[in-house]
Amino acid sequence: MTTTHTLEHDVTQHRKSLFVGSLVALSLALTACGGTSGPEQTIDTTKNAEATKVTLSFTSNAILGGKNEAEAQWYQDYIIPEFTKQQKAKGIDVTLTFEPNGVDDEKYKTKLALDLQSKSGADVIGMDGIWVGEFAEAGYIKPLTDVAGADVDSWEGWDQMSEAVQQAAAFDGKRYGIPQGADGRVLYYNKTLFEKAGLPADWAPASWDDILAAARALKAAGVSVPIQLNAGTAMGEATTMQGLLPLLVGTGTKVWEDGKWMGNSQGLRDALTLYKTIYVDEGLGDPVLQQETAGRDKSFSEFASSDVGILIESDYLWRSVINPDSGTAPMPDRDSVVGYTKIPAQTPGSGVDGQDFVSMSGGAARVLNPNTEFPQQAWELLAFINSKEAFQNRVASSPIITPRADVNQIVLKDNPMLNFVATEVLPITAYRPGLAEYPEVSLALQEATAQVVAGTSVDDAAAAYQTAVEKIVGSENVASS
Amino acid sequence: MSQVADPLVATPGSRKGTGRRPVRHDDVAGLGKLRAGFFVAPALALVGLFLVFPAVWTAYLGMTNYKLTGLSAKAPDFVGLKNFTDTLTDPAFHESLKLTLVFVLFSGILGQSLLGFAAAWVLRTTNKVVKSLIEFLVLLAWIIPSSVVSFLWVALLDRGDGTLNAILGTQGTSWLTEYPMQSIILFNIWIGTAFSMLLFSSALASVPPSQMESARMVGANTWQVLRDIVLPHIRGHILTNTLLITLWTFNTFTPYLLTAGGPNHRSEILPVYIYKVAIAGGHLGVGAAISLIMLLINLVIAAVYLRVLRERK
Repeated sequence: MTTTHTLEHDVTQHRKSLFVGSLVALSLALTACGGTSGPEQTIDTTKNAEATKVTLSFTSNAILGGKNEAEAQWYQDYIIPEFTKQQKAKGIDVTLTFEPNGVDDEKYKTKLALDLQSKSGADVIGMDGIWVGEFAEAGYIKPLTDVAGADVDSWEGWDQMSEAVQQAAAFDGKRYGIPQGADGRVLYYNKTLFEKAGLPADWAPASWDDILAAARALKAAGVSVPIQLNAGTAMGEATTMQGLLPLLVGTGTKVWEDGKWMGNSQGLRDALTLYKTIYVDEGLGDPVLQQETAGRDKSFSEFASSDVGILIESDYLWRSVINPDSGTAPMPDRDSVVGYTKIPAQTPGSGVDGQDFVSMSGGAARVLNPNTEFPQQAWELLAFINSKEAFQNRVASSPIITPRADVNQIVLKDNPMLNFVATEVLPITAYRPGLAEYPEVSLALQEATAQVVAGTSVDDAAAAYQTAVEKIVGSENVASS
Repeated sequence: MSQVADPLVATPGSRKGTGRRPVRHDDVAGLGKLRAGFFVAPALALVGLFLVFPAVWTAYLGMTNYKLTGLSAKAPDFVGLKNFTDTLTDPAFHESLKLTLVFVLFSGILGQSLLGFAAAWVLRTTNKVVKSLIEFLVLLAWIIPSSVVSFLWVALLDRGDGTLNAILGTQGTSWLTEYPMQSIILFNIWIGTAFSMLLFSSALASVPPSQMESARMVGANTWQVLRDIVLPHIRGHILTNTLLITLWTFNTFTPYLLTAGGPNHRSEILPVYIYKVAIAGGHLGVGAAISLIMLLINLVIAAVYLRVLRERK
């Protein structure tokens, strides 16, 4: 036998055993992973209810030195010490930690979904109310009464929250969490730039044409970005919520109506035409900003440095971005320089329900993690965060529109901006459909704006949207235009 | 302590008096299939658990409509080969595959290999201090964490206050949105050249100096030396280098940190495309299907290289 022969023989044998071994290992692994999907488990609502040593955590897309800083500050300075103190008085030793995040909402959502899917994550979780439906459908979160028991329904706070407010944290007629508050979109404008362009300080546009006229005047006066209307996929949901949807409701179009999704409608084409006018035809906005990865943050800092004339945003901009005290792009002279006004419909009376002015609203919520080791204590924490005392402390440093009527009565009195949103905007606002398909339809809408801003014709972009939305929800669920 | 000999070990002492002496097999180690299999079983179990099982699991997921959230997250349906056919007929996938091939060709095969070889060739004869310094700098690009590196590049290419615009006097040029592919190609060359440089440095050291000297003495120019002496010697190294670089570049996700696949999908190479479909879009099933397609492409690439490498021998 030659050496070569031995080697070849050896190699063949090695290969055979490798193959057999792989098969064995594979079948072992497959068997091991077979029984993961067991029957629906009910949660033991009284688990560890009598524990005297408790570890709890809660999370939100807020972080010191970054996004939603005032909220994170409140957790650190009030919620954690106060809750620990209250529990200590009852003889319970609580270790409470806040897990901060400071990322785009889409990334935060992905993180939550992965956490909950792997049965981990914080005990109390802050999330966008629009996610509640799809998380509930996936079984990631459960109705509050399933997690913490029937006593949840007798919580005093519910009486302070209107049915509409509670909807922000509900799905299929059940409460999955407690809403954190409401927001509304308005048109912000820079009064200094307006003065430069010969525009009034108490600007009140009544139609899209009025907005375009102001933007043209700003451009003529040399303002580098006359108007910022969010577009493109890089801005994510900000494009839909602060861009296309407020325009769509201004044409009387709802993205979801009578059980069907909007297709290639006249309203969509009108809204996309406005994008085309602003970004392609007349150069009233900065198309590159809509494509950059950090475009939204840049648009904020440009607005704060008085380079942007007009911007559609929610009260979040006022509270958390250009807030001179705790904003991410603080504007020391915010109160004197920045004006706000309602978003007009395309033409007076053309908005949904024949409205002259329109807006979009969303709202955050806090839910309980069904996998918590301490369901009762987690609920106690959630209730405490939403108590009157806690909210009063929260709004003292940086006001928000809270879900509680008793707190709003006090806080809105001396905050003109939030009072404006609560009294003028919320009554005329519209909400996104809380359906699992919505995020994908939203992405298709963002794509449509991205294409128009990049130079595609309105008809082509709208047709592409129609194709995309049919693929997502099925053509039978798309309204014929 | 008992003196019982291990029946599996054919020691001289145990040969006599026991009829259960194991047969010595005629393979090199004399173990036979069964015992050899026993020895490699732990390794095979690991391979099965961490390589084969995930691949098969991916194939299975690829045949479901599994999603990150919503009803299909709870109870995914089996959809057969739909995800695969949908993907293979999707223009977005074709576009992404095309971008990936361009990316691999220019940043990996051409950029990193040629630049790495050039650096190794030039540094061969440079002064030791200069050589160490340059090698250090090139290596630095490779070993700094990619998140830090991408931040540096964003600062370099930024539209408003970017360093590049300041140097060139081209204020207002948004490199990452106007030239997304070019940007990530240069970025990847910059990161990965170190590996080729190191590999070729050691490869060049294996070329016998006597042959180079002789060639010089008979009047060969640099090109002739490279073609007739250096390349034949380092052919195996070139193939290995190209194989590794191709696979790494094909699978790299780092450019996401620079352009996020944008603007308008113009730099959406396959790993970014999968991330967007599977994680950002929540279509885990479709993502798994694309991943499997990508795995197959990887296997084909590897098979082609290995075939070429074997033919050489």
